[in-house]
Amino acid sequence: MMGGSKKSKPQDLGEAWVNILRYIRRYRYVFVVAVVLSAIGSMLSLIGPYYLSDMTDAIEDGIHGGMDIDLIAGLTVSLLCVYAASGIIQFVDNYLMATVSQRSAQMLRRDVSRKMDRIPLSYYDRSSKGDVMSRVTNDIDTLGTSMNQCIGSVVTALTTLFGSFILMVFMDIRLTLICFAIAVVGFVVIKTVAKHTQRYFRDQQRNLGAMNGLVEEQYSGHLIVSSFGGAEEAMGRFDAINRELRTTSFRSQFLGSVSTHLNGLISNVGYVIICVAGAMLYMEGAITFGVIVAFMIYVKLFTGSFTQLSSAVVSMQSVAAAAERVFVFLDYDEMPPQGTSVEPERVVGRVEFRDVRFGYEPGREVIHGFTATIEPGQRVAIVGPTGAGKTTLVNLLMRFYEVDSGDILIDGVSIRDMDRSRLRGMFGMVLQDTWMFEGTLRENIAFNRTGVTDADLDRVCREVGLHHYVSALPDGYDTPMSDEDSLSVGQKQQITIARALIGEPPMVILDEATSSVDTLTEMEVQRTMDRMMEGRTSFVIAHRLSTILDADMIIVMDHGDIVETGTHSELMAEGGFYRDLFDSQFEVPDP
Amino acid sequence: MILKYLSRKQWALVCVMAAFVTMQVWLDLEIPGYMSEITVLLGSGGATEEIVGVGVEMVLCSLGSVVCSLCAGGVAAYVAAGFAETVRRIQFSKVQSFSPEEMGRFSTYSLITRSTNDITQVQLAVARTSQLVVKVPVMTYIALGKIATGSWEWTELTAVGIVAIIIVQSFMLFYVIPRYRRVQRYTDGMNRVVRESMTGVRVIRAFNAEAYQNAKADTANDELTDNNLFASRLLAFTRPFNGVVQNMLTVAIYWSGAVIIMGAASSESALFTFSNMIVFSSYAMYVVSSFILLAHIAMGLPRAIVSAQRIEEVIDTDLGIGDGEGAEPVRGDVHISFRGVSFTYAGGSGPVLSDVDLDIMRGETLAVIGQTGSGKTTLVNLIPRLFDATSGTVEVDGSDVRDYRLSDLRSRLGYATQKPVIFSGTVGYNIAYGSGDVPESEVLRAAGIAQLDGYLSENDGLDTEIQQKGANLSGGQKQRISIARAVCRRPEIYIFDDSFSALDFRTDIEVRRALRRETSGATTVIVSQRIGTVRDADRIVVLSEGRVAGIGTHDELMEGCGVYREMAESQIPREAGT
Repeated sequence: MMGGSKKSKPQDLGEAWVNILRYIRRYRYVFVVAVVLSAIGSMLSLIGPYYLSDMTDAIEDGIHGGMDIDLIAGLTVSLLCVYAASGIIQFVDNYLMATVSQRSAQMLRRDVSRKMDRIPLSYYDRSSKGDVMSRVTNDIDTLGTSMNQCIGSVVTALTTLFGSFILMVFMDIRLTLICFAIAVVGFVVIKTVAKHTQRYFRDQQRNLGAMNGLVEEQYSGHLIVSSFGGAEEAMGRFDAINRELRTTSFRSQFLGSVSTHLNGLISNVGYVIICVAGAMLYMEGAITFGVIVAFMIYVKLFTGSFTQLSSAVVSMQSVAAAAERVFVFLDYDEMPPQGTSVEPERVVGRVEFRDVRFGYEPGREVIHGFTATIEPGQRVAIVGPTGAGKTTLVNLLMRFYEVDSGDILIDGVSIRDMDRSRLRGMFGMVLQDTWMFEGTLRENIAFNRTGVTDADLDRVCREVGLHHYVSALPDGYDTPMSDEDSLSVGQKQQITIARALIGEPPMVILDEATSSVDTLTEMEVQRTMDRMMEGRTSFVIAHRLSTILDADMIIVMDHGDIVETGTHSELMAEGGFYRDLFDSQFEVPDP
Repeated sequence: MILKYLSRKQWALVCVMAAFVTMQVWLDLEIPGYMSEITVLLGSGGATEEIVGVGVEMVLCSLGSVVCSLCAGGVAAYVAAGFAETVRRIQFSKVQSFSPEEMGRFSTYSLITRSTNDITQVQLAVARTSQLVVKVPVMTYIALGKIATGSWEWTELTAVGIVAIIIVQSFMLFYVIPRYRRVQRYTDGMNRVVRESMTGVRVIRAFNAEAYQNAKADTANDELTDNNLFASRLLAFTRPFNGVVQNMLTVAIYWSGAVIIMGAASSESALFTFSNMIVFSSYAMYVVSSFILLAHIAMGLPRAIVSAQRIEEVIDTDLGIGDGEGAEPVRGDVHISFRGVSFTYAGGSGPVLSDVDLDIMRGETLAVIGQTGSGKTTLVNLIPRLFDATSGTVEVDGSDVRDYRLSDLRSRLGYATQKPVIFSGTVGYNIAYGSGDVPESEVLRAAGIAQLDGYLSENDGLDTEIQQKGANLSGGQKQRISIARAVCRRPEIYIFDDSFSALDFRTDIEVRRALRRETSGATTVIVSQRIGTVRDADRIVVLSEGRVAGIGTHDELMEGCGVYREMAESQIPREAGT
């Protein structure tokens, strides 16, 4: 899978890694053991060629008679032991590292989903969902998959680098220097190539992005594209991007393979140079044949660990960048602490607003000292044109946002002194967007409430007019629902209402908007809403005349502000904004 | 197979690639031979110049191998990029000619994946896996040929190594790879819960359901982690295992070499065995590693094949709606007529429209009203031939719509769809979409009719940039842009499918007033659910369960159509009603 690979650089590589290590401190012992094991493992794989070299020498000595078969047998056994041990150690090491990083990713996902509950709602209203999503998924995945790889490869590369260097020095200093030179030259060559090719990868990402964007837009707008004959124009743009994409994908694919091939070349050239130089040294009698054999392997390991180290640094950077983004989210300011849990004995639903002031942004107050008292069972209709900020009062009542000054009291107790969950439990809320999740109908109605019986479900479904629908379902309440088009908007709304009703809340908050529902469904939904409001203190974002006419208080909003309050007749008599709004709503255009 | 879209030239290039791969493998496998030569020279006390000479040849060989592999990689990448371009284009243009029915059959989301990720998968397979497909057999063949001259015991040892590798690799293919495939599914599951928690954040908090959502997230998280742990722990075993097999094989060959040499008759034959042993162990590594590569193919190919099949499904879809012969419109009083029209969705259980007979007069404003599922949208979708009637005919200007060329027919319509479609670009681009090169004044006129003046002056006018999917627009703004787009075409026929629903009442009225003023003479079909929106139409058609339940003016229907009256009474306020 291509695309979406973020190689952004972290602000501070060191700090990010300190944070990562601090975060996984629960696994510190396992982690240390794994690091030590991977060091030992790579040391062992270095000792292999050393013994192999001895073995080659012993065999070569035996060519002209007098083979020391016992020595060779001994070496064989030691070699087998070394390789077996190194294999086992590598396995244990990989196993531990995989465990640590997967468990850390699990821990992170868990912490992030808990964190999501504790940050204020304003965060969600302000930031894009995609951003949070990518933190929870892509970034944590990067951590989970790359963390063990890059820690492992850094340790292995460093051990191999130093270990093979020391062993090579022991065997022959001249060949060691040659190896070193080959590795450095190779490293510089690959770095240079990589630096120059990076541009093409960026181009490729950009073009892929453009292509995905175009395809997505054209396909989702297909109805308009075909009705307005836009396919031809789109084809032109498509061809342009497609041609570009062909060029850049060829380049990036090709250039991406260059560094792999260069690695191969460097290791092969190194191999030949070692053979030739080794042969010359052998002729001079400076080294044994076994040393050549050993160096043939070391040159590969040595140059390899150089490139391994440089790619590990790159992935350490991307891990650090991902970690940084996740930790920023985990460190985001949380909601103010809970109230002291004072609660009214029995909720009757008397709501008092006392000089409430509020603004979404500091310095931009939208509610300027609102005072009102709503008696139990009364109905408050909130009206205003689209975008007038009708949900603000709901946000404050439910403590999704906190008032700046003033107070809201329920049955005489300030909502600030209440536990948030207690407060929210007093309200049944039905919003305009009918949020459903993947699960059965039962789960969608009962939601987090336990002990809901089929009888309870039957009752609410009858109340909201869903029982016909339910009886037609193949598995009744256990039919899986998905947030797709299989349900009509009206049905979704009815399910949402059922969800709110099953808790028998003393107060309700309703958004009447049913814009995309046809009239008959709308009537059904609205009958349900009327029933829901009966006998309950209700706050209704009203769209229907009957609701408005029956309201005990109408709050008229415009541009975020409360502009008028009163009953229908009072407001009509005033002849202000409400009157204007009301008239325009039911006016008939000139024929 | 999808490979049929490779051109003859591309096939030739594939052959070139195969030749390069073969060359590269051959050169690679020559290198141990040189090593053997060097060993012999060393053992027999050859001159340094000779060794350097062989060494230089060896370096050239290695250089040649790199050049060959670069060429092979380059050619493969070139073919793959060209192939992807071709297939992507064929698929895209095919999808563009789909009707909504075919779009629905695949789902938009799936089509997007097929046009992007699946193409990338296939491209990668052509670029990478194709090289492996050539390389593995060639390498195995040549390397086996080379070691055929070696000792029988060594061959046996190598065979044991290969069997070990095959066992472990197939174990991996059967147990690890399926797990890796499943990673995506579990990741999707995790993402779904997170997305759910975010879109429903208000509801979740209102219902104090945080713990409930967390429990779901934890389940998804645990499933994902368990699956990943299983896969990566198994991999923790297979990777070192391959290394151990290779290393032990070398040791075993050396040991048996020592035994053979000990029993050798002469020191010449001993030296020959010695150099052979070193060469053999290198070739044995090649053979073993080619079996490891085989596993890579086994990993890469199935995925690409699945992608290729998904692409082919799209390309091979038969189009349900195509151009007609071309018909000449005959101007009469009746502009659009439905004659005994019935419609059933493919795979749908019952008819959505039954026996609809309806004449829409030239210049008339006709409103269509009815409950959800009554067939309103389906009815208007038959006019631009987004769907074809199952039986009966739809005629525009006296000719069956199926006789027109699609572009001729559709260019006469201005359609504002139920869900407004907004393209990224400027507001001007969106309004002028489908109108060809229209002067700015025309675009501004259309914007004015859709009551967009205020929006334009508050922003950068027609040059206001719109984000993808109109993310920076409200629902009402999107609808108004979509209305302006229809107006800008100055069409003969307007279709507004519930295009006023997100407008507040005042804007709704103003837009309709302006439309009435500016589009007089054009035939207008309005689908709506608001009585207020339809009541001033020349005629109103009431649809009920796919049948016409009444046609007439508002007053006539209030008198004679029960369905209409019921709807109207629920909406029209007692005081303000008629």
